[in-house]
Amino acid sequence: MLDARIPSGPLEQKWEKCRFEMQLVSPANRRKYTIIVVGAGLAGASAAATLGQQGYRVHCFSYHDTPRRAHSIAAQGGINAAKNYRNDGDSVYRLFYDTIKGGDFRSREANVYRLAELSLNIIDQCVAQGVPFAREYGGLLDTRSFGGVQVQRTFYARGQTGQQLLLGAYQALQEQIAAGTVTMHTRTEMLDLVLIGGRVRGIITRDLLTGAIDAHVADAVVLATGGYSNVFYLSTNAKASNCTAIWRAYRRGALFANPCFTQIHPTCIPQSSEHQSKLTLMSESLRNDGRVWVPKKKGDTRPPNDIPEDERDYFLERRYPRFGNLVPRDLASRAAKEVCDEGRGVGPQGRGVYLDFADAIKRMGVEEVREKYGNIFDMYEKITGEDAYKVPMRIYPAPHYTMGGLWVDYHLMSNLPGLFVAGEANFSDHGANRLGASALMQGLADGYFILPATIPNYLATNSLEPVSVSHPAFSQAKAEVAERLQKLLKIRGRRSPDSFHRELGKLMWDKCGMTRSAQSLREALARLPELRQEFWENLALVGTGEELNQSLEKANRVSDFLELAELMCIDALHREESCGCHFRIESQTPDEEAKRDDERFCYVAAWEWKGPDRAPELHKEPLTFEYVHLTQRSYK
Amino acid sequence: MKFTLRIWRQKSREAPGKFVTYQVDGITPDMSFLEMLDVLNEELLARGEDPVAFEHDCREGICGSCGFLINGLAHGGRRGTTVCQLSMRFFKDGETLTLEPWRARAFPVVRDLIVDRSAFDRIIQAGGFISAPVGSAPDANAILVPKDIADTAFEAAACIGCGACVAACPNASAMLFTAAKLVHLNVLPQGQPQRYQRTLNMVAAMEAEGFGSCTNHGECAAVCPKEIPLEFIGRMNRDLRRAIFRRRFERWRDATQ
Amino acid sequence: MKTSRVSSANPLVMLWNSVIGKKIVMAVTGAVLVLFVIAHMLGNLKVYGGQQTMNAYARFLREMGWPILGHEEGLWAVRIILLVCVVLHVTAATQLTRLSWQARPQEYHEWKGLASTFASRTMRWGGVLLLVFIVFHILHMTFGVVGFSPGQFKHLAVYQNVVAGFSVWPVSLFYIVAMVALGLHLDHGIWSAIQTLGFNSGRNEHVLKLVSRAIAVIVVLGFISVPVSVMVGWVR
Ligand SMILES: Cc1cc2nc3c(=O)[nH]c(=O)nc-3n(C[C@H](O)[C@H](O)[C@H](O)COP(=O)(O)OP(=O)(O)OC[C@H]3O[C@@H](n4cnc5c(N)ncnc54)[C@H](O)[C@@H]3O)c2cc1C
Ligand code: HEM
Ligand code: FES
Repeated sequence: MLDARIPSGPLEQKWEKCRFEMQLVSPANRRKYTIIVVGAGLAGASAAATLGQQGYRVHCFSYHDTPRRAHSIAAQGGINAAKNYRNDGDSVYRLFYDTIKGGDFRSREANVYRLAELSLNIIDQCVAQGVPFAREYGGLLDTRSFGGVQVQRTFYARGQTGQQLLLGAYQALQEQIAAGTVTMHTRTEMLDLVLIGGRVRGIITRDLLTGAIDAHVADAVVLATGGYSNVFYLSTNAKASNCTAIWRAYRRGALFANPCFTQIHPTCIPQSSEHQSKLTLMSESLRNDGRVWVPKKKGDTRPPNDIPEDERDYFLERRYPRFGNLVPRDLASRAAKEVCDEGRGVGPQGRGVYLDFADAIKRMGVEEVREKYGNIFDMYEKITGEDAYKVPMRIYPAPHYTMGGLWVDYHLMSNLPGLFVAGEANFSDHGANRLGASALMQGLADGYFILPATIPNYLATNSLEPVSVSHPAFSQAKAEVAERLQKLLKIRGRRSPDSFHRELGKLMWDKCGMTRSAQSLREALARLPELRQEFWENLALVGTGEELNQSLEKANRVSDFLELAELMCIDALHREESCGCHFRIESQTPDEEAKRDDERFCYVAAWEWKGPDRAPELHKEPLTFEYVHLTQRSYK
Repeated sequence: MKFTLRIWRQKSREAPGKFVTYQVDGITPDMSFLEMLDVLNEELLARGEDPVAFEHDCREGICGSCGFLINGLAHGGRRGTTVCQLSMRFFKDGETLTLEPWRARAFPVVRDLIVDRSAFDRIIQAGGFISAPVGSAPDANAILVPKDIADTAFEAAACIGCGACVAACPNASAMLFTAAKLVHLNVLPQGQPQRYQRTLNMVAAMEAEGFGSCTNHGECAAVCPKEIPLEFIGRMNRDLRRAIFRRRFERWRDATQ
Repeated sequence: MKTSRVSSANPLVMLWNSVIGKKIVMAVTGAVLVLFVIAHMLGNLKVYGGQQTMNAYARFLREMGWPILGHEEGLWAVRIILLVCVVLHVTAATQLTRLSWQARPQEYHEWKGLASTFASRTMRWGGVLLLVFIVFHILHMTFGVVGFSPGQFKHLAVYQNVVAGFSVWPVSLFYIVAMVALGLHLDHGIWSAIQTLGFNSGRNEHVLKLVSRAIAVIVVLGFISVPVSVMVGWVR
């Protein structure tokens, strides 16, 4: 039975109580502890910087050439905080409620409440660091509304909020590096986790420039390595984003929770060619002012501006009159897919819907639209060559975020003692669907506030024996890592890592994407082992492992995606309900909305690795709702 | 579309490099520049040759990973655009494209088109931050920031650290990068206490990295994918001037008190 | 933030030790030289007032500051200031140029400019030309040891010297070429100095560049008009 270590007592006091009950490490002793943070995105950089400020000896790892490149840099829309600066009825409780409901009742009340509470401190912290959030003329912070909620609680820095928040954390991290508390290991990829005596005591890394395989010892290890949307090959994630760190941890015994909960974002630029290497997201904030529609007629190829008003179907406004274009992402995405499946999609491949600003321009004028969305319109024009001030944008859903991740308890510690997981890499707060502008909030809550409180408690309450890299567990793990890389290099087959990745992605998108059925999942599960086998027999690589070898890096990551994909399908198949982003064709309401099955599935599915050719074992963490009433989600 | 590519190939920092010519065919106008290189690399891999190493990640112009010279122009020379945002429809069918890495003593070549830009991190380490340990922050709205100041700070903070400014500068100077961070932090009320020390430290760090000396050509701002204005260099110069003389004034004041 | 990185008791030492600081020295000395060339150019226009005016002006220069300063003392003060400026300006220019060359050990195979101008790209070699010219100019017009046939040059007979000096066409040609170089140097230099000193803080770059160019053009035309007038025979 999984113990999530949720403190007792009323919801509002749980974190307070937990913090009081936790043990502390005295300032003089802190520098005796070594903490490894893998990942320097929002979650990793903020954790490493804060632990450094406290005086711990921190080693931070990233495969990028500098922490500022982490995928968090790409987040556009904003970050939520229950400040209620607008006096529009917001509160910590409402943010908590919205997040639970948005996640379709598949997250923990206690975690989510804490997240909502900490949202207040995050904004304070970021402003103090100099993050240039948008301001009103009076000098106060500006906010806007964002997908799925009715209050304006999203703070933003033009369309580059993630960049500005990451730079804030990056700068704090650089300050600690200069102060000598944090040692940064850039261009260094973690490839394995090392356990000694049942505790996580270090990692194995590969230096991406020299290929050197090294061991690093620590008293606690944090994984903040981001999400795994790239299992779909085409996603909005950065090209290098991958699952290797968490997957290798999984193979060492860490539980993987809700792997099938993956989010598809509604407002992306449709795929245009076979060679497409990634999909570009356009901020969801576009839906605040843009209206989504398709022609009523099938196969209508007239230019959009020639289609008269009464021949347009504003399908989101029609289906969800109360929320209109602002319904949560899963509903917006699925609705778009459905109209395209009906043959009413627009654009070259019929895989797109219009996002129209004509009304907004009429209402606010071009200038105001430009002020609000100018950079997104420019980006759209760069990619498509179309002017969205004149013709409606075309959008289509794309894989974007993974709610699933390594299982963690309230302390953000996995089931492996000493292994903490933060940011998108853990499964913690978003249930089956994440609301807009809350990933940044979660990453920073984890990094600035939660880990710096819970890791000291772990260090203070456990007596950790000194270990060194000469311990056999390290040499063995090193040998295994080296062997796996050598194996990849020795195949000398004919297919590139990308071609396998592409095929995997297409398979997952078709069979385990926006909608899933028992049949599609079974098909995927039949195909995956074949694909994996072909990968290990027919992979083409050149060069050696002792140099910068980008194809080797890619192949190594794809090899993990190929395994993770199977777990995702197993999880999706076992969850015979629809909830949030997980939409099983078999489980819908009469009006085709997701139908949950709380009787059977109101739990977190945490999977345990049982070996390469054995089925993983399912552990269930039941979810109980004491404060929010379990209801069928409705945005009608 | 067809292209002839002349690409700088260099195995490692120490190894000698040279241009190698490749042909690519079957490129469509809606492909991005990096997708075109993907196609080339797939072909090279199929032939058992080393793929071209180039850095990239977000492929949407925000992470700052990508960057090299195309026909003598950093990021290809289109206004406000990174290499990854270039689409092949901007190029002429049959054109010869020369790809060369950023060249600067402070940016040694790592491999092919990849250079080591860690000098930028060290400049930030010297003072590119506001010291605000977690836990110490006042309420976010307790600090008022006039909108124009917030806008200027944002404009400066938009820098993605790609290094195109250094690459395009005939002097291989890092003034625009350093100025962008200084302006971001130095205009904000939160940044005032450390303003002049920050300026002195970051400028010293920049100089220690072996970048060249600015002669105000303006090439940096012209290729900057985030269009950071040259004017920010002027602001940095002013802050440095004040920092130098203000320090003396303060010392004199302390001594006479 | 540590404070130890940059330290020197003397701000002038700090200035000289910093790359940007050295640029500031160049800008300040450059600005002094700009003021000088403007004054010099205006002075040269006295040649159109005829022999009397011109020679009176030359004598005035020697009595500048009288009676507080003695004979030629004011002039020497100016000369020393200018010499110091030239020495600082050229030393800084040389050092910074070497630094920039070292900063890019391997040149690009192909490089295209988008924003730099012919003027901005010729600051260094144009500067060298100016230095050669300055030396020549002093040996020529001040000491009369080059460019004149023996006995032709007469101390304080400035008007006659100018006419005689510029009647030799290669001398005039060199003078004109040097003034074009000066024009280019000022076109970029004045704007550049303003930027270096940090006065380019608004969005006034465009205006500053225009002003810079206007001054450059006026100075060049003023200077060049003299040898041209001599050669075509307006001034004789
Ligand atoms: C286009 C886009 C827009 C978004 N917009 C928003 C938004 O508006 N609001 C919002 O709240 N959220 C948004 N999100 C989601 C949000 O950006 C991410 O969920 C969040 O930034 C993840 O942060 P992270 O720190 O967990 O991971 P990342 O930022 O992905 O960082 C991962 C880090 O781990 C390192 N790493 C990974 N594996 C290894 C390894 N094996 N060894 C060493 N290092 C490793 C990487 O180098 C990197 O430093 C957006 C996401 C996308 C794709
Ligand atoms: C009449 C004489 C001269 C005048 C009026 C003059 C003026 C200036 C000015 C105003 C600047 C701009 C300074 C700055 O941007 O900070 C400058 C820059 C410069 N000068 Fe001169 N200068 C003169 C002579 C020289 C000489 C003799 C040399 C060299 C041998 C020289 C070399 C340079 C160089 C290399 C620069 C830097 C280029 C730049 O900043 O863009 N100059 N000069
Ligand atoms: S790849 Fe991120 S900016 Fe080009």
